[in-house]
Amino acid sequence: MSATFLGMPGNFPENASEAVQNSQLRYNLRKATSTIRGKRAGVVAELPDWQDLRAAGKAIKDHTLRNLDRYLVMMEEAVTRAGGTVHWARDAAEANRIVTGLVQATGEREVVKVKSMATQEIGLNEALAEHGIEAYETDLAELIVQLGDDFPSHILVPAIHRNRSEIREIFLDKMPKVPENLTDDPSALAEAARLHLRERFLRSKVAISGANFMVAETGTLVVLESEGNGRMCLTLPETLISVVGIEKLLPAWRDLEVFLQLLPRSSTGERMNPYTSMWTGAVEGQAFHLVLLDNGRTDVLADEVGRQALRCIRCSACLNVCPVYERAGGHAYGSVYPGPIGAILTPQLRGMSSELDASLPFASSLCGACYDVCPVAIDIPEVLVDLRSKAPHPAAERAGMKVAGWILNDHVRLAQAQRLAGRLRGLVPKRLPGPASAWTDTRDLPEIPAESFRDWWERGGRDDRA
Amino acid sequence: MRVALFITCVNDTLFPGTGKAVVSLLRRLGCDVDFPAAQTCCGQMHVNTGYRQEGVRLARHFTEVFAGYDAVVSPSGSCAAMVREQYPKLAGPGSRGAAAIAAVAPKVYELSEFLVDVLKTDDVGAYFPHRVTYHPTCHSLRGLRLGDRPARLLRNVRGLELVPLSGEEECCGFGGTFAVKNPAVSAAMGADKTRNILDTGAEVICAADNSCLMHIGGTLSRQRTGVRTMHLAEILASTEEAQ
Repeated sequence: MSATFLGMPGNFPENASEAVQNSQLRYNLRKATSTIRGKRAGVVAELPDWQDLRAAGKAIKDHTLRNLDRYLVMMEEAVTRAGGTVHWARDAAEANRIVTGLVQATGEREVVKVKSMATQEIGLNEALAEHGIEAYETDLAELIVQLGDDFPSHILVPAIHRNRSEIREIFLDKMPKVPENLTDDPSALAEAARLHLRERFLRSKVAISGANFMVAETGTLVVLESEGNGRMCLTLPETLISVVGIEKLLPAWRDLEVFLQLLPRSSTGERMNPYTSMWTGAVEGQAFHLVLLDNGRTDVLADEVGRQALRCIRCSACLNVCPVYERAGGHAYGSVYPGPIGAILTPQLRGMSSELDASLPFASSLCGACYDVCPVAIDIPEVLVDLRSKAPHPAAERAGMKVAGWILNDHVRLAQAQRLAGRLRGLVPKRLPGPASAWTDTRDLPEIPAESFRDWWERGGRDDRA
Repeated sequence: MRVALFITCVNDTLFPGTGKAVVSLLRRLGCDVDFPAAQTCCGQMHVNTGYRQEGVRLARHFTEVFAGYDAVVSPSGSCAAMVREQYPKLAGPGSRGAAAIAAVAPKVYELSEFLVDVLKTDDVGAYFPHRVTYHPTCHSLRGLRLGDRPARLLRNVRGLELVPLSGEEECCGFGGTFAVKNPAVSAAMGADKTRNILDTGAEVICAADNSCLMHIGGTLSRQRTGVRTMHLAEILASTEEAQ
């Protein structure tokens, strides 16, 4: 079973300072993110209308979110008409209760899972385990994380922090019936996983999935994937339960034209992903349940600035370009949603009452690379800055910022402060004590000039006499 | 042309040489430079660290000080981006503040924008016989979209050899208070940036923002590399006579 992030102690800066010292992790992340980054840049550059597509994606999502109440009911009616059953879950606990009850009703003790962020967010595997139900991840990367009793560290590639020799060791250690002479050749590792999973697909009667999109008009759910393991889960078992965040809706079938271009190019850097599965309700002999998950989303929707985070299609492009993510790694964010999108999504979904969650809006240099690549134009820096104004601030920092604000609000006070600094310039030590050491531990301070610009100007710079 | 110089609090206090370079450069190009004495700070540090109220007060002060000028020039891509990109989000739509911001913000130029777009020149007659690499800085690159304006200006400097910086578009790790709130990641980003700078063999790392250069330069100096940081304005202000 994979570990859970809920209730994780610490804060982002501390977690990250440990991670940056792990050279293997930094190497793995740099190699993986720069590869995907390059592929994405290539396939995006070949579309002359990329910015139009991006604007369309944003507009469709904004329209849907503004009319979410209407489209959700439309979705429920369409799914019900097509023989499915729709359940509404206010929060994680309610969603877990519903899914557990549905699995128990089938009498089964194990389920296979399609890669899904929503079920990770609510800790479904752990909730099922409490009731004696074993959930098996079938996405290769999720399987690696689950077997390694590890945390996911990336939205698209949850085992991105592992290299192939580490994966081989996990397989040898945890995978039953694995060949003893297993090498770290990627195709050998994939073959071992294939044999391991095939048995589960054929045996399991219940599957659990999420969805990338839901089409309100037709009641169709859509899953995009690379491996085909998802499709096995979506078609073989007798019962399919899909847990989907309410923001995954699209109004109409034709909207998929936009998103089926935006998502694969942004996420895996492919023109088209290998497997796109779509299903509407249930076919004869099979049961389909849709659990619509809120879990904080309507609160996010109520926030004028923060609501744009609900446009997210979980492509991971922002993670792959983020210089902070690349060095801190996904685990430092303490959430199934790491990276820039996690830094705005997690504090909104979970609130900022824990030290970790309150530190997330500050886990960014505001470099803006995330906003540039976001396929639905989420202005992540804007939301980060807004969340920072709502986050609790340390008392000493608050006092310092108040004083700085007071000095900066008046040019006479500023000039006096500058002259004082100029007089004390010889006394500044190379290494500063206390919180200021955060600067001088790795960087020299600039030399304080004897005269500020404004004093130079007054002294004669104004008339070119200085 | 009468131009107001927005020096920025960081340059005013720590890098007066950059301000003097802007003044000398603009005068050389025939501009009448004014320095409105009441100016202080754009408020970026406060707003971006979550102190919106203090930031809004400084933004209001800025719009009052610079109202009425035809052009406001600043040797900081980051502070110019603050005024142009972030100010409009600070005031309520339709408010008096919003109108004041809408009147001032479009007249605020980063130095290279002002030279290339307003003065219509990419050759300022400078002389600087050194090997230089250029870091575009995030807010200049992705906020103001300066594009190749700084590079065009540098390429026309006599004697200057401009060498490309690998990974130039990646943040240096400064990020304002990020540098002290997340020191480990900031330092790791700074270390990667300085490694790329050293790989170029340049004597000088140039940028349009002294705050980023303060972080890069502080790292280079701690590593005892001997590579100097220089603001774009200081290179463009250099002339053969001054060498």
